[in-house]
Amino acid sequence: MNPQAIIDGLVSGSTIGLGAIGLTLTYSILRFANFTHGDFLAWGAYLTLTVAGVLGGLAAGLGAPVYPFSFGWGLPLAILGGVVLTVALALGLDRILFGRLRARGADTIIIVMASFGASMALRSLLEFIFTAKPAYFTKALQIAKPLGLGMRATPDQLLVIGLTLVLVLALHLVVTHSATGRAMRAVSENPGLAGVYGIDVGKVVRVTWIIGAGMACIAGVMAGLLVQIRPYMGFDLLLPLFAAAILGGIGSIPGAMLGGLIIGLVEAFAVQIVGAEWRAAISFVILVLVLMLRPQGIFGQRGA
Amino acid sequence: MTALVLDDLRAGYDRDLPIVKGVSFTVTKGEAVCILGPNGAGKSTMIKAVAGLVPCFGGRVQLDGREITGLPSHELVRKGMGFVPQTENIFTRLSILENLQIAAQLLPRQDRARRIEAMLAMFPDLSSRPRELAGALSGGQRQMLAAARALLNEPQVLMLDEPSAGLSPKLVGQVFDTLRRISDTGVTLLLVEQNVRAALGLTDRALVLVDGQLAHDGPTVDLHDGKLLGELFLGHRAAETRA
Ligand SMILES: Nc1ncnc2c1ncn2[C@@H]1O[C@H](COP(=O)(O)OP(=O)(O)OP(=O)(O)O)[C@@H](O)[C@H]1O
Ligand SMILES: [Mg+2]
Repeated sequence: MNPQAIIDGLVSGSTIGLGAIGLTLTYSILRFANFTHGDFLAWGAYLTLTVAGVLGGLAAGLGAPVYPFSFGWGLPLAILGGVVLTVALALGLDRILFGRLRARGADTIIIVMASFGASMALRSLLEFIFTAKPAYFTKALQIAKPLGLGMRATPDQLLVIGLTLVLVLALHLVVTHSATGRAMRAVSENPGLAGVYGIDVGKVVRVTWIIGAGMACIAGVMAGLLVQIRPYMGFDLLLPLFAAAILGGIGSIPGAMLGGLIIGLVEAFAVQIVGAEWRAAISFVILVLVLMLRPQGIFGQRGA
Repeated sequence: MTALVLDDLRAGYDRDLPIVKGVSFTVTKGEAVCILGPNGAGKSTMIKAVAGLVPCFGGRVQLDGREITGLPSHELVRKGMGFVPQTENIFTRLSILENLQIAAQLLPRQDRARRIEAMLAMFPDLSSRPRELAGALSGGQRQMLAAARALLNEPQVLMLDEPSAGLSPKLVGQVFDTLRRISDTGVTLLLVEQNVRAALGLTDRALVLVDGQLAHDGPTVDLHDGKLLGELFLGHRAAETRA
């Protein structure tokens, strides 16, 4: 078996894990499976690309690659803009769609269906605006450098893994140690009681979207940087995202991350055995196995 | 000095099917009032509506002279309303300390640690292991934590929904001793209670709710022998309301 699968798995697993954080948080706090989450990744990538284009137009030097990476200072700056815009998209969608359904006391299945419809609309809109043709953050080619033990990685890939770990660790500390994190855990256990305790549940919901959409945008940019940007990129990741969130245990940020890495690694190794055309089926098999053997996931509480 | 006023309050889960069907009463500051009534009479629904958890369809609620009808629960807490629900009244997946810290978040930063200390001092059962998950507490200790959480914010009115439900007689005594101490500090108490005998020692006044309407309002001792209460529950003397 080719040890390169470890690097490939960790890289795609980072994207999946970061993307799954928003999914697991909306699932535990808003209590619905949000199908638009994959599209937040795709929108995040396209919005960042657009901001990068605008920045490049303002100052050409921002696009020049900074050694050893394939991109220039424009990209990190553009990500900030992309995160803000993706968060605005998520908050806007909650205001006009999900929030209204919640206020009306709609059943979960109605909200899930609404998210499914919104997901299709968001995807079509991307295709309409940017066309289905793949786009790229950079045209620069990178040589993968040997890491030893038969493994190779590009500097971009190593950055993605490192940045993901830093972001997840920071988020985990916030959620376990801050008042906001405490409030999030309280709302996820019992939203009605949270109000009785004086927690503004609406505010916690907004924080949830901000974290989830922000991480989705960064995950989308990572996927776009390492592979390519396509309107369907988020939709194609939806199954691995759900599998990672459920494998890690709904509501758990480290769980989503670990779940993402496991899915990424299993995919990378399985593809070597069964062939790349079965990649999509692998997450599905993991998802079904988890639901049958340990539905609460790795870090989840029973009955959560 | 009125603490709480309900004026023709109508509330429930479905506008076409109100559970609370026009209830009016006034609670004076410092008073301890208990609310009795058969199962399903709407006692919980009524205090949940006052606490902002159930929609009000008509009428008004005033806290300390200010209109609070229909305000969301988290805003009511800031206005001096303390509410302890009948069930699921603590966060079991958070630690005891975290439960208190959430409530303390509403206080000015410099007061938080002091108030948490004060609550732990008041409830020794909680102070021995503040970092344990609240889900590990016994039924009585859960009621203590729920009360401590509500008291931490120094409410003007504290409403409790059946704090003795499911507790052994010894624990009921403990909970009511605590409530008496709270009442003695001048906090206005509104207590839903099935246990008339327990309520007798704590509250001077009893309201009886039958089928969403007030069937009786008078001294708790009048209900002491159970005869009047039985008749009220069966609806025989519903006309005898004394406002
Ligand atoms: N969440 C809800 N949705 C719809 N109807 C409800 C809900 N909760 C309670 N009800 C209905 O409201 C009515 C009054 O219930 P409520 O819990 O207020 O009674 P209660 O007087 O507190 O009874 P108990 O003594 O058993 O606690 C009942 O008919 C009940 O079925
Ligand atoms: Mg009740």
